Amino acid sequence: MELPLTQYIVPGRKPLSLKEYEKVGGYQSVRKILKAMTPIEVQTLVKDSDLKGRGGAGFNTGLKWSFVPMGPEAATPKYLVANADEMEPGTFKDRLLLEGNPHQLIEGMIVAAYAIQATISYVFLRWAYKLAAQEITKAIQEAQEAGYLGENILGSGFNLEMHLHTGVGRYMCGEETALLNALEGKRANPRAKPPFPQVSGLYGKPTIVNNVETLCNLPHIINNGVDWFKSLSKSEDTGTKLYGVSGRVKTPGCWELPIGTTIREILEDYAGGMLDGYLFKGLLPGGASTDFLVEEHLDLPMDYGSIQAAGSRMGTGTMIILDDQTCPVGFVHNLQHFFAQESCGFCTPCREGLPWVEKILLALDRGEGKPEHLLTLDFHTKYLGPGNTFCALAPGAMEPLQSALKYFREDFERHIHEHHCPWSKVWQPSI
Amino acid sequence: MLTTEEIQKIEHEISLVPTRKNACIEALKIVQHNRGWISDESLKDVAEVVDMSPAELDSVATFYNLIFRRPVGRHVILLCDSISCYVMGYEGIRDHLYTALNIQYGQTTADGRFTLLPNCCLGTCDCAPALMIDNDLYRNLTVDQLDEILTKYT
Repeated sequence: MELPLTQYIVPGRKPLSLKEYEKVGGYQSVRKILKAMTPIEVQTLVKDSDLKGRGGAGFNTGLKWSFVPMGPEAATPKYLVANADEMEPGTFKDRLLLEGNPHQLIEGMIVAAYAIQATISYVFLRWAYKLAAQEITKAIQEAQEAGYLGENILGSGFNLEMHLHTGVGRYMCGEETALLNALEGKRANPRAKPPFPQVSGLYGKPTIVNNVETLCNLPHIINNGVDWFKSLSKSEDTGTKLYGVSGRVKTPGCWELPIGTTIREILEDYAGGMLDGYLFKGLLPGGASTDFLVEEHLDLPMDYGSIQAAGSRMGTGTMIILDDQTCPVGFVHNLQHFFAQESCGFCTPCREGLPWVEKILLALDRGEGKPEHLLTLDFHTKYLGPGNTFCALAPGAMEPLQSALKYFREDFERHIHEHHCPWSKVWQPSI
Repeated sequence: MLTTEEIQKIEHEISLVPTRKNACIEALKIVQHNRGWISDESLKDVAEVVDMSPAELDSVATFYNLIFRRPVGRHVILLCDSISCYVMGYEGIRDHLYTALNIQYGQTTADGRFTLLPNCCLGTCDCAPALMIDNDLYRNLTVDQLDEILTKYT
């Protein structure tokens, strides 16, 4: 099994230095594109590889780039941003790549920047990732000294500066237009689209924001080609994917596997199955803002199409397991508290609706629920859904709620009829 | 009053962006790094340097979780309360900290040593429960490790 992204990552060991990275073929893709490929050829190759965005949206990366204005008439400077603001609860995959092989990210960023002819790039890193910040700072400096960054890279005439920006904490910053506002020193409210960032992004200039894992794939696609990249997967989606599992399993962790590996394989072969004494009840396949899947879905391949067909989303690919001894109402309450707190407050349904949902869930958990509360929750899943809010935060929040109401409705009803939490555990965000 | 060194650092950040305002978050980070938090006075001083009204700068400062607009202790404990840590029972950690430090969320110990805050997912969910103290990450926490961890911070 070929695992390009993590082949040189050993958790707990220092990442490869520039010299070591070069020895195993590092920065070859940069040499190749600067010598032998036009930006449009790079775009086309990546489009043909069908590399889909690994941040959760799953949009074809090369296609996303193709909306950037090219040629001498295009506005400059253009910007390339690595979205390393990993803050989706339950998600810890980019941390592995950032801490484990920062040069791979930098190499991928140079490829992406060249493809759109960006001359300024940023790594937008979550404040909590202190070790990653150190490693990236060091790697950028090494790459600069070796001539992979800066002016006239490897004598090609292509220039690229790279900066590390560490955030100050807000989930909204993961949304690409909000991220751009944060980079500009503003409140991280999302922006209206259109115009899309590809045309008018950072400081009004053409900008591409790509997820860390997406960018890390690029050197390998350039070096090995489209057919190789397609051959890595077990499904119609291409390449590998970082999958993670957290919750009450024997060996929680993060693994690079062919896209299309089944949920059951990931859960049983890699995460070691449930801890003794705990039974599987459900899972969120790709972070807090994805719909629950249950037992009947375990043999599905973890790819964009299969998980969507089952009514959820692969999202970030990092699963959170709900076990039989965790109250589903408390579980969802915890999620809704997070979303209510992280709402930017710009649009009314999200700002007002999420705290309402949170309050109802607390009431249910305390045994103060009424039958009509479930109808109010149902109502919110519709009115905070897609099309009714300014961005995807509230619709994302409604995904685990609507699916919990579908799969675990009896558990919600028991809270009402028994006038207390059957798990005897009331979660309160602050006491 | 900002120090000369603070102003120099802020001016450097300003030199990297199109307008002075664009450096305002970096400026707040610089001052908070030195002083632990952003007082009303610091806010006004920073606003002047980055060419914003104090109200506009405060709208940015209060948006972000990690810009502190109230005083904090010498060490800030950020306890993850998001979903994987919830499933793995972070509440035991929280309750122990409440007792050991005799404070609750948002409070600072009487000796000014610790402030305890809840925090969103720290991105280390396979090692839940987790917390950070200043720049240090602690994972796979059990209640019996906590007292020893706390002694490292004076």
